[in-house]
Amino acid sequence: MTASEQPPSLYASREPIFPKRVSGPYRRLKWIIMIVTLGIYYVTPWIRWDRGGSLADQAVLIDLANRRFFFFWIEIWPHEFYFVAGLLIMAGLGLFLFTSALGRVWCGYACPQTVWTDLFILVERWIEGDRNARIRLLRRKWDARKARLRVTKWAAWLAIALATGGAWVFYFADAPTLLRDLATFEAPLVAYSTVAILTATTFVFGGFMREQVCIYMCPWPRIQAAMMDEDTITVAYRSWRGEPRGRHRRRHAEVAETTHAADAIGQRVAPADAPRPGDCIDCNACVNVCPMGIDIRDGQQLECITCALCIDACNEIMDKVGQPRGLIDYMALTDEVHETAGKPPIPVWRHVLRPRTILYTVLWAGVGAGLLAALMLREDISVTVAPIRNPVYITLSDGTIRNAYDVRMRNKHGEDRPYRVTVEAQMPLEVALEGARGDTVMVPADSTMLQRLYIMAGPDSTAARSELTGLSIRVEDTASGESVIKDTVFTGRGE
Amino acid sequence: MSSQPGKSHDGAQRDQEVPTTGHSWDGIEEYDNPMPRWWLTIFYITLIWGAVYSILMPSWPGVTGAWPGLLGWSTRGEVAEEVARMTEANAEIDARLAAADLTALSGDPELSQYAVNAGAAVFRTWCAQCHGSGAAGATGFPNLLDDDWLWGGDIASIAYTVTHGIRNETDADARYSQMPVFDELLEPGQIDALANYVLSLSGTPPDSALAAQGAALFADNCVACHMEDGTGNPEIGAPNLADAIWLYGGDYDTVRQSIAGARFGVMPNWNTRLTQSQINAVATYVHALGGGE
Repeated sequence: MTASEQPPSLYASREPIFPKRVSGPYRRLKWIIMIVTLGIYYVTPWIRWDRGGSLADQAVLIDLANRRFFFFWIEIWPHEFYFVAGLLIMAGLGLFLFTSALGRVWCGYACPQTVWTDLFILVERWIEGDRNARIRLLRRKWDARKARLRVTKWAAWLAIALATGGAWVFYFADAPTLLRDLATFEAPLVAYSTVAILTATTFVFGGFMREQVCIYMCPWPRIQAAMMDEDTITVAYRSWRGEPRGRHRRRHAEVAETTHAADAIGQRVAPADAPRPGDCIDCNACVNVCPMGIDIRDGQQLECITCALCIDACNEIMDKVGQPRGLIDYMALTDEVHETAGKPPIPVWRHVLRPRTILYTVLWAGVGAGLLAALMLREDISVTVAPIRNPVYITLSDGTIRNAYDVRMRNKHGEDRPYRVTVEAQMPLEVALEGARGDTVMVPADSTMLQRLYIMAGPDSTAARSELTGLSIRVEDTASGESVIKDTVFTGRGE
Repeated sequence: MSSQPGKSHDGAQRDQEVPTTGHSWDGIEEYDNPMPRWWLTIFYITLIWGAVYSILMPSWPGVTGAWPGLLGWSTRGEVAEEVARMTEANAEIDARLAAADLTALSGDPELSQYAVNAGAAVFRTWCAQCHGSGAAGATGFPNLLDDDWLWGGDIASIAYTVTHGIRNETDADARYSQMPVFDELLEPGQIDALANYVLSLSGTPPDSALAAQGAALFADNCVACHMEDGTGNPEIGAPNLADAIWLYGGDYDTVRQSIAGARFGVMPNWNTRLTQSQINAVATYVHALGGGE
């Protein structure tokens, strides 16, 4: 093998992308979504919510140490983790629904990777200038100006990354306390390491890896391919209208004038007769604004996150050259077929409303309704009763048969509550709570208490002689009057 | 990511001739592409990692044992460390428990809670073999859940029993008592009568006429320890014969055998194996099982 036949490298280095500034309705929508989502992210941990007593007063708090999840008026205990699972299922189904209806709309507008990359690109543009200035800066030899701009940009990115990583930990502890501890170096090591890791990933993902995260790391684009079909709305180029593209289109302006008379009334008619120059003037505006570095005119591609910036860019150009908007537009694959064949496009609602999306909506709503019902029906106090099986009963000196039960009583309130434990049975049974006088015990705030309960049946009573006797244990929160009844059994000698 | 026609990331490679491995299956051949650089790098790193790891950590099997590793790490060592750490963490409360007055323990909820939990662990380790994991005992081994105590069921008596044991030869302070073997003292018919009388104390004997004869024999031979009404004496470990609880069984044959051959249950003294705080803990645990006085 000679030098010229050297095996090719399997490594392709990244081609830098310099997204150009663009303005238009989709860009505006993306700014609004960025402000809203980042606002939610940064502000949420600081919202206070008084729950009374010793409970946390943070509106949204994931209390890992005590295994509690607080969300405004909802408090989730570890045994109610199915709520979280249900929410995740809803999130999954929601993504299925949006993807099958609107394609990668999550990727294009709401994904944290997109939002933070957008923010980082904005900062980059403020500091280093727009696309052309950035390209020039890249090619420029290292000097004081380049160093200054680069260091300024990296410092700004790092500040954003630090704020991002810093905000994350506030969801897991009381925010004001943690902020003070972080500043005075008294916070736990795990807080610092979490902030450090998230700062590093934000800095690297948003500043340097950008579209590579979507293309190479994220599994979601691959799954989405299975969610999309020919009715899914995606960003596409009307090639039948744009081709053959050419920079010298103006020469044919008069020809176009007559053809586009139909466009004015919304009927896009494909050219039927002689070839004429297409509407695309090959200005590359759509390519220059693309954060993924692709050319939408090549058709649907794995890289496309349907952020619609190319639509804004192209519309601006179309306005300038006096052509109708929508050379690049949101549309479904079937539209392309219809329009190429000269037929009017299918209305958007018919793309969106189809069995698949309806099924996803029904499933999504079903899970949601189930969770809502579970939330409404859940008990504020919860009790479990476990008869002790080792041994099932014991005989006391006077021949009385005694059964023991482990009663776990949960108090979700912020203050101690007196719970009354009583037994409801067909026959008289004697009841005793271990370590307590009477039938009432104090259950400490925000905790589960294990109480041993004894039930005794006289030596010759029916319960002592039968093998099993059914009974109910009622636990009542005497402060609120709520009560829970648990059925269990009394084991006798079984004569 | 460039999209110019005729060129993609790997477009350059396609133009070149890549050799095949030379294998052909149904006409399908496999390109002999080189490994990606990142893949090879990680592969070499794992090789080096493996070599270094096996030198530092226990790894290669030998004839008499495995190579212990330069760092001297072992799972046993880790457990010992963990145990030492827990012992260290509990040292203070253990000292408090060892010096505590057990009768006043309920006034200190933290210490009492610790004693019960620690006592449960001690019980499972040392006591469950005879008394059962649920403390319900077995034939000849007392049930610790009920309200019948051979040697007293208050916390001090329980702690003494645990400390010194019963009828063992290893502790001079062990609780001791011995019932005579009545086979050597009475006629078989008299023993039959006694057994019937003893059963009559807590229920109906098989033979009421014999039971009546047994009353006099009981008064002559048994009341010194078991008391006139047969309720026993915990001072000397004499069982209560008038209640519903039988250590060896309450049927006629078993009771007759107990009288004829006597019983001699032994419990070890735990003061040589358990620390004072462990003894206090397990006594507290047993006392809290539901029968403590």
